[in-house]
Amino acid sequence: MKIPLAYNLRNLAVRKTTTLMTALGIALSVAILAASLGLVNGLKTVFTGTAHPLQLLVLRKGANSELGSTVPTDAFAILRAKSGAARDSAGEPLASQELVNVANLPSVDNPKGMNITVRGLSATGIEMRSVRLVAGRWFQTGQREVMVGQAVAKRYPSARIGNRIRFGKGDWEIVGVMDGGQSVLTSEIWGNFDQISADYNRQDSSSSVLLRATDPVALDALKHSIEDDRRLNAFAITEKDYYDSQTSSGAPLEFLGIFVAVIMAIGSGFATTNTMYAAVTRRGKEIGTLRILGFSEGSILLSFLAESVLLSALAGILGCLLAMPLNLVTTGIGSMTSFSEIAFRFRIGLTALLSGFAFAIVLGALGGILPARAAARKEILSALRES
Amino acid sequence: MNRYLQLVLKNSLRNRRRSMLTIASMAVSICLIGVLLALSRALFYGGDTTPGQAKRLIVHHKIALTQDLPVAYEQTIKKIPGVQAVTRLRWFGGTYRDARDPKNRFAQFAIEPQVLFDVHPEFQIPETEKQAFNSQKTACVASRPLAEKLGLKLGERITLVGGMSPTTLALTLVGVFDAPTDNSSVLYFNWDYLRDSLPAGDSSRDMVQQFYVEAENKDAVGGIAQQIDDVFADSPCPTKSEPEQAFMLSFVSFLGNLKLFLAAICGAVTFTMLLISTNTLSMSVRERTREVGILKTLGFSSGEILSMVTGEATLIAFAGGLLGCGLATGLCAGIASAMRSAPGFVSVVRGLGFSPLVAALTLSIALVVGLVSSVVPALQAARTSIVDTLQYNG
Repeated sequence: MKIPLAYNLRNLAVRKTTTLMTALGIALSVAILAASLGLVNGLKTVFTGTAHPLQLLVLRKGANSELGSTVPTDAFAILRAKSGAARDSAGEPLASQELVNVANLPSVDNPKGMNITVRGLSATGIEMRSVRLVAGRWFQTGQREVMVGQAVAKRYPSARIGNRIRFGKGDWEIVGVMDGGQSVLTSEIWGNFDQISADYNRQDSSSSVLLRATDPVALDALKHSIEDDRRLNAFAITEKDYYDSQTSSGAPLEFLGIFVAVIMAIGSGFATTNTMYAAVTRRGKEIGTLRILGFSEGSILLSFLAESVLLSALAGILGCLLAMPLNLVTTGIGSMTSFSEIAFRFRIGLTALLSGFAFAIVLGALGGILPARAAARKEILSALRES
Repeated sequence: MNRYLQLVLKNSLRNRRRSMLTIASMAVSICLIGVLLALSRALFYGGDTTPGQAKRLIVHHKIALTQDLPVAYEQTIKKIPGVQAVTRLRWFGGTYRDARDPKNRFAQFAIEPQVLFDVHPEFQIPETEKQAFNSQKTACVASRPLAEKLGLKLGERITLVGGMSPTTLALTLVGVFDAPTDNSSVLYFNWDYLRDSLPAGDSSRDMVQQFYVEAENKDAVGGIAQQIDDVFADSPCPTKSEPEQAFMLSFVSFLGNLKLFLAAICGAVTFTMLLISTNTLSMSVRERTREVGILKTLGFSSGEILSMVTGEATLIAFAGGLLGCGLATGLCAGIASAMRSAPGFVSVVRGLGFSPLVAALTLSIALVVGLVSSVVPALQAARTSIVDTLQYNG
């Protein structure tokens, strides 16, 4: 025979201070776990949001980032001529040679300065990205003008329209702010390819070439044709693969978060055990009475276990509620691939919340098992005599 | 006084299971706080600086590490008073074998063999190997962890395919050096070889990314850094000079807003401990309501009862704190050894240690938590009237 759950619920409600205190302890570790998962999820969203499914990034063989790669201008000509490349309305191939470097600006989080990706590209390069102008205007060819991504504009006080920032050989005027949605591009500074490559003494070469294929089959063929082309000494990687691998930038923080959540959970697990033991001690008489009424040892065990799990379920919900506001927070993390800061928003989605909740339930069950066993094993007569 | 202590001790030990669970719970949380404090110290204050590091400066481009400096700067830097040795350093992000295997990724630097060991006096290498490195243009030396990781043997050919630099280097391993405090995987080779293998027109031929400067003593480091930066302030490539330790720490910002993250976690953990401690104590005090009445009847004052409850909380917190510090010492040592082969800047964590200062701080957090958590339950116990407590039933 099963003891109704309402009995446990009422018991938790009667000892509401103890219940809340214990639950809050578990809730905090749940919140930290959910936040860590939300952080990595947010970072992943930004990286996957950058990739176009049909675009290939061409880098020098042996390079593992745009920053550490060089592709000569004559290779760009060969790449443009490859079949399988998509074309724009004017019939020109969608291929963009780009120069990537970093500039250092003081940010809100790091007054000492943080790196931001600087990308030199052409009109075709802009067309190949889903980026829209939100303020000011686009940069003009031949001028020392740049655009900043919206995240850069928000996080770096010196990145305002009309301000000048310094990189390469001198000052550049910020003339516009662009929005790349949930993508890495929002954390970049863009300028004209020729202008920027001249500043870095790289007139005859670029860092990378971005190519769009007409369809997935052409994408594969294009990739192979680039890698087999002995004139190029280059390789092609899909934008998706390139950005996916950068998600690991969040790994140290994720590891730290999970490590902390697990250790905190052990601490709150002990606390749950304590609370449940106290409940068992206080209700000795009740337990005896229940046994006399015919409830078996098993149902007593289950009932106390259920109470512990209910307590931790409450904690799980509390923890999720505590973590939720983080969804509004934008923060930045350094990518070792681009050697610069990527801004992203926490994304505590259903998976993170459910993981946190499940974590709490497991904790409640583990913490409650010993007290529940102690309750079930009480001698009926001596239990009845307890004060 | 002694009588109270005995009473406090007896009370703490009465419900042993509860006290043990509370101590265990406190210990785990305190251990976490201890590790996080040690981590903050290592990440933001650099842990312990080795004597070699204290005398070393790194000079790089003011705007970004990725921007090059002309190699000619070396001559100017050499002339600055207090500078003992300078070596140019060029980062060569080349590929060794299959780059998809993380094992094959390591730092590769082009330097001047003649001065490498002057700038890094802590590197230990047999004299014959040092001579070979000086005399053979295509020679390279590896750090012990790298040689062990890849199973490299002296005389082995190492081919590096350039990424940024349009060249392929065919190097021969002539030596393996030991660095007592540094366990990173790194390969050094001759800058002249790299320069000569680049195409004649390559604009980066005479460029480097950094200079390593060895100062004559550690007090001169700050002054030298200022002088170097002043000399190049108005040149096309202004510099930024920093002590090696500060340079390594500047990468910590790559991990994100870690300060806020650590502070938030420490806050949450401390708060959790407060909750747990208060909760346990409240439960104990509630169960002893009748006893408190009896003590009061016997003539114990409210103040004495208050201090007894506070004493009990502090004692338990202290025990938890001590155990936690013990755990933290072990955990720090474990993390430090696990991070021995960590790449790049994450390696600052290698210096993670549970120093006496951190231990003292951690222990005082435990005591404060014990004291603060006892306030409400202690007042509760002290305030109740004798009649009420004696009537209390369960």
